[in-house]
Amino acid sequence: MSFQPVKFYQTGTFTVGNRLLPPEERSVQAQAKRYNSINSGHRACQGCGEALGARYAIDAAMEAVDGQLICANATGCLEVFSTPYPETSWQVPWIHSLFGNTAAVATGIAAALKVKKQQGEPRNIRVVAQGGDGGTTDIGFGCLSGMFERNDDVLYICYDNGGYMNTGIQRSSATPPAARTATTMAVGAEPGNVFGQGKFVPAIAMAHEIPYVATATVADLRDLEAKVRRAMEIRGARYIHILVPCPLGWGTASNETIRIARLAKETGMFPVFEAEHGEVKSVLAIRHPLPVEEYLKPQKRYAHLFGKTPQVEVIARLQELADRNIRKYGLLDGGER
Amino acid sequence: MLKQMEGSRAVAEAVALCRPEVICAYPISPQTHIVEALGEFVKDGSLAPCEFINVESEFAAMSVAIGSSAAGARTYTATASQGLLFMAEAVYNASGLGLPIVMTVANRAIGAPINIWNDHTDALSQRDSGWLQIFAETNQEALDLHIQGFRLAEELSLPIMVCMDGFILTHAYERVDMPTQEQVDAYLPKYEPRQVLDPAEPVSIGAMVGPEAFMEVRYLAHAKQMEALKLIPAYAAEFKSVFGRDSGGLVHTYKADDAETMVVAMGSVLGTIKDTVDEMRAAGHKIGVLGITLFRPFPIAQVRAALQGAQRVVVLEKSLAVGLGGILATNVRMALSALPIDVYTVVAGIGGRPITMRSLHGLFRRAEQDDIDAVTFLDLNRAVVDKQLDRERAKRRSGPAAEAMLRDVGVVAAKLA
Ligand SMILES: Cc1ncc(C[n+]2csc(CCOP(=O)(O)OP(=O)(O)O)c2C)c(N)n1
Ligand code: SF4
Ligand SMILES: [Mg+2]
Repeated sequence: MSFQPVKFYQTGTFTVGNRLLPPEERSVQAQAKRYNSINSGHRACQGCGEALGARYAIDAAMEAVDGQLICANATGCLEVFSTPYPETSWQVPWIHSLFGNTAAVATGIAAALKVKKQQGEPRNIRVVAQGGDGGTTDIGFGCLSGMFERNDDVLYICYDNGGYMNTGIQRSSATPPAARTATTMAVGAEPGNVFGQGKFVPAIAMAHEIPYVATATVADLRDLEAKVRRAMEIRGARYIHILVPCPLGWGTASNETIRIARLAKETGMFPVFEAEHGEVKSVLAIRHPLPVEEYLKPQKRYAHLFGKTPQVEVIARLQELADRNIRKYGLLDGGER
Repeated sequence: MLKQMEGSRAVAEAVALCRPEVICAYPISPQTHIVEALGEFVKDGSLAPCEFINVESEFAAMSVAIGSSAAGARTYTATASQGLLFMAEAVYNASGLGLPIVMTVANRAIGAPINIWNDHTDALSQRDSGWLQIFAETNQEALDLHIQGFRLAEELSLPIMVCMDGFILTHAYERVDMPTQEQVDAYLPKYEPRQVLDPAEPVSIGAMVGPEAFMEVRYLAHAKQMEALKLIPAYAAEFKSVFGRDSGGLVHTYKADDAETMVVAMGSVLGTIKDTVDEMRAAGHKIGVLGITLFRPFPIAQVRAALQGAQRVVVLEKSLAVGLGGILATNVRMALSALPIDVYTVVAGIGGRPITMRSLHGLFRRAEQDDIDAVTFLDLNRAVVDKQLDRERAKRRSGPAAEAMLRDVGVVAAKLA
């Protein structure tokens, strides 16, 4: 096990307490010598979960490979807010090519690095590809699946904020049911995004039987770091899918990002687990089971469910989805099935 | 060394001699034999170190090429037709980022209607993509242009499409002079990228550029292509000194002195045109040929110089700008602006229709009398088109056009010969 779930919450609160851990297990971000791969000064919204997730993920990857890292980045909020030149935030070698090809660009980088290694390059340089949910689960899905299927030596990180945020909050195939977006407005007979659509790419990644698949949220940042570290220990195709609340798109307060992410996990709306070669190996257990309303209510994208006549049936359907996750991944008992 | 071999094989062997480090490809006729051979060289270890990646689409092929080139590897891919269109977004991206990828385009028509045979509409659809585009006339030239292509692309930090006619060249067995590894090594220096993804010197590549600098960045690409106009003749001359033969360059004239009628074309059809012109010259006709090797950048000054003495110019092109006429002809007209020369567009050979000497004789003789339309479709079966137009006038739901026209034409292969 690369993380310690018991000690993690030992204070009885949800505080992520470094001081409870031996120094060698403390967060990468807690160290003065952290890499600051995404430096300050970028233009993300206040409380942007994607900026937070990327900062932790890439710094953890840098730490894991002694700074010998190259990043490929899909078009999307992360790319746009981090690079309006000459103010790039990236302290790592970084390339943005297109919206839908990032996994393939990373494959190319990995191939070049492999050849350079054979030519005598002494360093072990590794590759991380990253994109939003749209760039990953929709337009970049072909390239992603190709990279998985060939087991190319790439860690792909998806920052899932449940929509095309950079273009103004449109629906993606990762937008949850009932959520309002600019293209699934809260109007009509079935307001918000419809039920029975969308896909959960971590499960599809597992179906490729790649060496490592994990999900994470920005509520459990040490868990995220540990998963990135674990991923970098492995060669071949790896996938980490991080739930990153988007205050602008979700209609949440910017100081609520971490709490909302935690509620996604604690209600079972977003299962947090690790899988190897297609098999779930561990789950982050729900500590304090909560009804989905707790997660939905603070978000304006679900406001239509809580009007004068609360949409109890819709909320019940969302609860069903959460319950199914809880059963499927064994979220209440830490994966014991 | 002289060898008898298929054009695709010759290109594959030439590419291998250039020591590519990453090759990625997705199969599409008539490109397949090239990448199959290269895949074999990598797998049997004769081309090493090199990574060969079987990607899931042409879009991925070009994207892998972008990644590997940006990471400092000499990178090659090949495609054609639908494949080139499928990768189009990445084609523009590769040139925009200034990555010197070499790509063979085994020229083939674009559907619908789907058609696997040769014409130039695929490559020409990407004429404004920022890639250098060079067209081979023979398999020897195709082979040679790949070697020059790596040199040129890497010097300029621009990608290059080496275009060769699908099937007509790719699948033709011809004698070629295959250079030695020593010759290629002497001609082609090690790839020294201008920009490379390297943790020792981190750079951001592909950042957003707004109105404040976009024009300048794009102008730089244009300026570099203009530079290529000077570099290409120099590299072709150097090529001759190492390999002992002429290949490449910008344009080539044939029997052009005193020509009143000049025929302009690209690619393998130049052979048929020259044979026709030989016969016409023997019969006293003042006709010559301008072969355009380099299409992008377009060698405006050289085209103008070669054509300005003529009374008329017949641009015979394997492409169609629907709603306008010609693509090559439009470019040629630009080179001849303000000169009192008639420029005829002749759309010929699209979708693989054979361009025969008999048809060319008729065409050129009529052109000499200025008796052809400004936009002429060589060997067009107008009756088939008229019949379909009648059908569409008669009935609203006239059905799919191509299928009906095919039925009207009937069993066709024998008729084309
Ligand atoms: C081929 C193409 N189609 C559409 C776009 C427009 N576009 C740019 S970013 C974006 C949304 C990105 O969404 P996501 O990948 O989820 O990232 P986020 O901004 O939400 O982090 C879209 C639709 C594009 N750049 N390229
Ligand atoms: S729109 Fe959302 S994802 Fe984009 S920068 Fe703002 S908070 Fe982050
Ligand atoms: Mg998104």
